[in-house]
Amino acid sequence: MSFLMTFVVAVKALRRNAMRTALTALGMIIGVAAVIVMVAIGTGASASIQNQIQSAGSNIVMVTAGSGGFGPVRQGQGAVTTLTAEDADAIRREVPGVRYISPGLNTRTQVVAAAGNWNTQIQGASAELAAIRSWPAQFGTFFSDEDVTAARKVAVLGSVVRDQLFGAGADPTGEIVRIKNQPFQVIGVLASKGQAAMGQDQDDTVIVPFTTVQKKLMGVQHVTNITVSAENGVPLDGLTQQIAALLRTRHKLQPGADDDFLVRTLEEMASVLTSTTSTMTYLLAGIAAVSLIVGGIGIMNIMLVSVTERTREIGLRLAVGARDVDVLLQFLVESIVLSLAGGAIGIALGFGISYGVQRVMQWSAMVTPSAVAMSFGVAAAIGVFFGFYPARKAARLNPIDALRYE
Amino acid sequence: MNPIISVRDLTKTYDLGEMQVQALRGVSLDVAPGEFVALTGPSGSGKSTFMHLLGCLDRPTAGRYFLNGNDVSTLSARDLAHVRNTQIGFVFQGFNLLSRTSAVENVELPLLYAGKTAAADRRQRATEALKAVGLGDRLGHHPNQLSGGQQQRVAIARALVNNPTLLLADEPTGNLDTKTSVEVMGIFQRLNIERGITIVLVTHEADIAEYGTRVITFRDGLVRDDSAIERRRIA
Repeated sequence: MSFLMTFVVAVKALRRNAMRTALTALGMIIGVAAVIVMVAIGTGASASIQNQIQSAGSNIVMVTAGSGGFGPVRQGQGAVTTLTAEDADAIRREVPGVRYISPGLNTRTQVVAAAGNWNTQIQGASAELAAIRSWPAQFGTFFSDEDVTAARKVAVLGSVVRDQLFGAGADPTGEIVRIKNQPFQVIGVLASKGQAAMGQDQDDTVIVPFTTVQKKLMGVQHVTNITVSAENGVPLDGLTQQIAALLRTRHKLQPGADDDFLVRTLEEMASVLTSTTSTMTYLLAGIAAVSLIVGGIGIMNIMLVSVTERTREIGLRLAVGARDVDVLLQFLVESIVLSLAGGAIGIALGFGISYGVQRVMQWSAMVTPSAVAMSFGVAAAIGVFFGFYPARKAARLNPIDALRYE
Repeated sequence: MNPIISVRDLTKTYDLGEMQVQALRGVSLDVAPGEFVALTGPSGSGKSTFMHLLGCLDRPTAGRYFLNGNDVSTLSARDLAHVRNTQIGFVFQGFNLLSRTSAVENVELPLLYAGKTAAADRRQRATEALKAVGLGDRLGHHPNQLSGGQQQRVAIARALVNNPTLLLADEPTGNLDTKTSVEVMGIFQRLNIERGITIVLVTHEADIAEYGTRVITFRDGLVRDDSAIERRRIA
C-alpha cells in the first residue's frame, strides 16, 4: 500500500472515533503547549535582561573600589579609599577608546522638600553619566561640567523621587530640596527608565555632581566607582586589561599583590543573570516535558485498546492481502498522526497562551522557532516510540486467530 | 485440465504446549477449475483447518499444496499475503465489513493492498463488483444501514473485486435466515456457472451443500466421503 493510502486509511480510522481521538490528542496538546509556554517565558526573560543591559549600555566597563584591609581583617567591597577622581582623569588620558567617563560616589539619605520627604540613593556622578546611560531628561537639564568643577549644590531627580516629593508628573525645576540639611536646587527630572536587570528601581535616585557628594555631603577625597563607556567597536576585554594595568601602576601595587579595585563589564554581570534564567527555563521545560511523556503513554494506551478492538479488522485486512508491514505501518502512522496533530494544536495553543501571558501579565514571552521545531520533533518521536509496540502487536497477529477473535 | 487445487498428504498439528492436536492427518485431493465444492463435517473434523490452509491463511505442518500449479505450502508470510490478495477471495460467516465505512469503500479494501491502482480505477472496479451482486444502488450505505443478506453480498463483492480464481466461503449463510441464505447461494451459483469461478464453501447444512457440484465430508482430520452432487439444487 502506498504511503499516501496508509495515511488516508489512518486518518479515516482516527475520524471514526473522533471523541476518543480528541481526548487522546489532548494529552499531547497540553504537553506541547506547556513546553512551548515555559520555554517562551524563559526565553523572554533572558531577552529582556539582554535588552536592559543594552539600554544600560552594552559598551560599559565598571571600575569599583576593591575590598581592602590589612592582615587578617578584611573589609567589605568599596571600603578602600584608593580610587580617586584623578584615576578617572588618568584613564581618560592614557587609555585609548574611552568615550565617556564618570567617577561615582553614592550615599543614602533623606531628601526633604516642602511637601514631603523620601529616603533615597544620592548618586554622585560626572556630567557624562547622562550620555553613558543614554538617559534623557523629562524636564530641565542634566548638570554641566562646570557644576561638577564648582561642586555646586544642584540635583537631578529620578522620576520616582519627583513623584514622592512633588506629586506624579509635576515639573519641580527650580524648586529647592534639602539633602543633609543643605539646600539643593532641582535643575532637572530624568525620564523614567524602569527596573534595572538586577531588580532595583533605577528611577528611585537623585543624581548630583560627585564633587558635591565628596565635599558637601560626605567629606571624603575618594570615589567608590568609575563608569567607563567605550567607543563603538572597541573590544572591552582589551580596555578592561589596560584600565587594570593603569590603576595598578597608579596605586603602586607590587607585582603579586591583589588588586584594590575590580574591573568588570556589564555583560559579564549580565551573563551570570542570563545563566540563572536559563537554568530556570530548563527546569520548567523539564517539568512540562513530563506531561509530554504522560501524553505519549495515553497514546500508547489508546492504541493498544484500538488494536484489541480492531482485531477482527486486522484479521480481515490480512486475509485480503495486507502484509504484516502494511498493518504495522497503518497503526504506526495512526499513532504518529495522532501525536503530530496534537503537537500542532499544542504549538498553536502555546502561541496563544504565550501571547496572553505577555498581554495580561506583562511578562515578555518569546516563542522561538527552535522551541517549535523541538516540540514538533518530540511529538513525532513520541508517536513513533509509543506507537511502535501496539503496532507491532497488531502486525504479529495470526490472521486466523484475529478473524475468530470475539 | 490441470487442477486449480491439488493437495497431497496435507497434515496440520497444533502444538498446545503439553498436548498436540492433529487437526488434519493426511488429506489428498484435487479440485478442478469451475467446481463448486462444499466441505462438511462435524465440529473438530478439520474442515475449517483445511479451509484455512486452502486460503493460505496458515501453513501445513507437512504435505504439499499446489495452487494453480504453484507450490504455496512453503511460501513466506509475505508471499502468502500476495497470493491471498491476487488469487483468493474470502467470504466469512460474520461478514467482517469495516464499520462506519461505505459499501464501496469496503469493497475497495483488497485493491488498496494490490499495489498500483488509481483511485478512480479502484472506485470503478468496486462499483462493478457491487452491481454484480445486485447492490448497485447501495454504494454509499454503511454496514449498519444494510440487512444481513446485503452485508454478505457486499462481502462477496469484496471477495470478487480482485478477480480471484478461487472463492472461499466459511459458513457464509450461518448468520442468515433461510430466504436470504437462498439468495446468497443464488449469487454463488451464478458466479460459479456464469463466470466459471471455482468455489470452496464450508457448511454444516446439508441443503446448503447441495447447491454445489461436489461435497467432501471430513471426520477426525481425514476425508471420509467425497462425492458428486447428483441432483444439484438451483437457487
